[in-house]
Amino acid sequence: MNEYTINNLRQLEAESINIIREVAAEFQNPVMLYSIGKDSSVMVRLAEKAFAPGKVPFPLMHVDTTWKFKEMTQFRDAYAKEKGWNLIVYKNQKGIDAGIGPFTHGSKVHTDIMKTQALLQALDKYKFDAAFGGARRDEEKSRAKERIFSFRDRYHQWDPKNQRPELWDIYNARVHKGESIRVFPISNWTELDIWQYIRMENIPIVPLYFAKERPIVELDGNLIMVDDDRMPKELAMMTRMRKVRFRTLGCYPLTGAIESEADTIEKIVEEMMTVTVSERTTRVIDFDQEASMEQKKREGYF
Amino acid sequence: MDIKEFLDQDQKKDLLRLLTAGSVDDGKSTLIGRLLYDSKKLYDDQLSALERDSKREGHAGDEIDYALLLDGLKAEREQGITIDVAYRYFSTSKRKFIIADTPGHEQYTRNMITGGSTASLAILLADARKGVITQTKRHTFLASLLGIKHVVLAVNKMDLVDFSKEVFDKICEDYRAFTMTLDIPDITFIPVSALKGDNVVDVSSNMPWYHGKSLLEFLETVQVNADYNFDDLRFPVQYVVRPTLDYRGFAGTVASGVIRVGDEVMALPSKKKSKVTGILTSEGEAQYAFPPQSASFTLVDEIDISRGEMVVHPDSIPHVDRHFEAMLVWMDETPMDSYTQFYIKHNTHSTKARIDEIKYKVNVNTLEKSKIDHFELNEIGRVVVTTNKPLIFDPYKKNHKTGSFILIDPVTHNTVAVGMILDKIDSSHLSANITDKEKEQIVKSGSLITAEQREKRYDQKAQTIWITGLHGSGKNELAYALEKELFDQGKTVVVFDGKSVRSGLSRELDYSPADRAEHLRRVAHICKLLNDQGIIVICSFISPNEDIRKQVKEIIGENRFKLVYMDTDIDFCRKNDNYGLYKLADDGKLDHLAGVDEQYDVPERPDIIINAGENGKGLERILGEI
Ligand SMILES: Nc1nc2c(ncn2[C@@H]2O[C@H](COP(=O)(O)OP(=O)(O)O)[C@@H](O)[C@H]2O)c(=O)[nH]1
Repeated sequence: MNEYTINNLRQLEAESINIIREVAAEFQNPVMLYSIGKDSSVMVRLAEKAFAPGKVPFPLMHVDTTWKFKEMTQFRDAYAKEKGWNLIVYKNQKGIDAGIGPFTHGSKVHTDIMKTQALLQALDKYKFDAAFGGARRDEEKSRAKERIFSFRDRYHQWDPKNQRPELWDIYNARVHKGESIRVFPISNWTELDIWQYIRMENIPIVPLYFAKERPIVELDGNLIMVDDDRMPKELAMMTRMRKVRFRTLGCYPLTGAIESEADTIEKIVEEMMTVTVSERTTRVIDFDQEASMEQKKREGYF
Repeated sequence: MDIKEFLDQDQKKDLLRLLTAGSVDDGKSTLIGRLLYDSKKLYDDQLSALERDSKREGHAGDEIDYALLLDGLKAEREQGITIDVAYRYFSTSKRKFIIADTPGHEQYTRNMITGGSTASLAILLADARKGVITQTKRHTFLASLLGIKHVVLAVNKMDLVDFSKEVFDKICEDYRAFTMTLDIPDITFIPVSALKGDNVVDVSSNMPWYHGKSLLEFLETVQVNADYNFDDLRFPVQYVVRPTLDYRGFAGTVASGVIRVGDEVMALPSKKKSKVTGILTSEGEAQYAFPPQSASFTLVDEIDISRGEMVVHPDSIPHVDRHFEAMLVWMDETPMDSYTQFYIKHNTHSTKARIDEIKYKVNVNTLEKSKIDHFELNEIGRVVVTTNKPLIFDPYKKNHKTGSFILIDPVTHNTVAVGMILDKIDSSHLSANITDKEKEQIVKSGSLITAEQREKRYDQKAQTIWITGLHGSGKNELAYALEKELFDQGKTVVVFDGKSVRSGLSRELDYSPADRAEHLRRVAHICKLLNDQGIIVICSFISPNEDIRKQVKEIIGENRFKLVYMDTDIDFCRKNDNYGLYKLADDGKLDHLAGVDEQYDVPERPDIIINAGENGKGLERILGEI
């Protein structure tokens, strides 16, 4: 060991910053998709570092399904204001007008219209040619081979057989008009890396990640929080207070909590190392079908 | 140990990126699965999902099929499609690991090159029953091509050869013999059984004769930090940060060397110098930055440096050149077309590039070299490349970051090839080969008027009179005198000389041999076009190289080409030098002047030889010849 060493987090950080700058330099109109979750929070911090002491030269965008936890929206608005971000909040107005929601239409239709379709509408509306996403390769088996620069055709489609080879840290950023790239700067981070980094850098995250007494109903074995009065009455009747936390954040009716005592990052990690449920299984959409993430990606949601 | 201590310790670990390769069924997936499994990285629900999958699709009987842990896409699993690289993450108490797992199917070259590009170590699998086979050699060659310094040969399925020392020793011996000619500094042999777990995580009692480390122990302890170069500063500028009018930060990733506050640095290619006044890393203000850190720095002077340029220390300067040789790997389904001008991306810099020549192709199975004129998918060879703007590079062997590049197709935008730059060549060895493809393109025009009809109309035989000779030998005077004479006779005639062509048609080319060849190739094609139109062309070019003159003749056509050689000695030319070029070349202010620092090949068989100062007589002789 000599004085010129950096730890694994700093190594990952350097790699990510390199990717973020590369996109800012080579694309006309990039955007960073901000989901308010912990991975997004890390990604945004990396972007801030990439251009320090200047400002992040592209907007952040949150695709709001209107079914996010209240705490998420509050956190988003307060944090964006504090940091002076250029934040776009996009909602699928047609979906809202049609009254689409998870309770009435099921998770599949809801996610497709309010999330996937909304994202595609937003990308078309603003003509973004590159969109950063906070997906990681270790989240799920099918992501293990995902590129960092993932090419999408004019219809935002991903073709698993036609992805560009990616070597060293040289990224091919050439696209024709209408085509775009999804960029995953934190591809090589694991869940533990994310928590470690949040701890090391003191990055604020939504309090839902920490255990607290919350109003919970049990639906098909998932612990769903009663976040507002859109929860059907017959279900809301069964509400009980339970000490829970969330491992991922999404639409509140579709995101399962876990019972937990972990109210600090250290305790979360400790639980994570011993607890038996991997991250994404708490997100209800994944149960729809095997390899469903892959399907969603082909359709345009990451 | 409590969780805080655990996290603090975990945070300090370093990161090892490794590549795994082996041919189908050598047990690679089983081995990786076991590494992941045994290092307790697997969460329980992934395990129960695994038990479910094992029952449905597994092949390992009642045991857990570790290989299933690794499969990704459902469709891929069902259709048997493989992916080029899959990344796996695991960590132990000592280190974190990122495995680039490359399948050993048909696309092995592309897969392995992709996965290996960021790896500092390679685990190659061999089946103990089969020993060192073609695939093993192939993978080893690719690892050495990528400059991977540490290779582990994991001899797997030792359980099927009774854990025999003899079998293992023989394989090691064969492998050593094969790798002698390859450049791999560190090779380690480990006998394992991926299925049973011998020597994977714990040292096995089944092979008491083996005194080395288990695979995991080895991975945890191998030293790779020393592979970084901390000596030669290479800072490719990636992005210029300008938050205010008076702050200009040059941001990028340190490719090699160390940049310090107070350092005198030089920007390339401008060669402007300045002093570093401040450095910002991800941890805030810093006194220095080193690889692989990302940083941004400020300079005392307001010098203009933009993305694609490189900052170095003035005492260690990389090559700045438009010509170089490289090992190229063709990655695209579509074969290479020799006429394509590719985009080349080399660290943060993009320009255009042409492959001038394929020196040879390497057969990855036998390492034999052969001549080819284009590349197909997965082919590897040595090429000569010319770029539009100079690249700032080091040989790949010395510096992976400044020695690697990708080629992008200008139409499809696919990444079609990747390259590793070799030590810079002396460009006088370059020749401007005209490929067979190019010759094919020299086709007859589709015009309704024949060459004969044109010649009859103009009352002349269309041809090219190509005058070669040193600078100052009187070529131009002869050319213009000839033009006047022919004009007066009522002929239709055109003259080209270096100045007229270089100021327009060849303006981006310099006097290096490769560019000169390209310049003359263009001229030759124009001569041919004009001759086809019935017009007489007179060319006056030093054209010092016999090969190039032969190619010019080939393009124009033998029966329309007359080579005139100005046979003058250099002293005469020096006296006759109206531009003072010889003086400049003597003073080292001008490169590539034939007769000074560049050889002039006396033509082997000129059609007409003209001696110094006898232009008048020469003129008559030429007129007689045509
Ligand atoms: N006996 C024995 N079989 C093994 C060993 N390693 C792998 N195998 C078997 O060899 C077959 C191919 O293994 P797999 O890991 O899928 O190979 P891959 O194609 O290289 O990924 C499977 O049936 C494994 O169970 C080993 O060390 N000993």
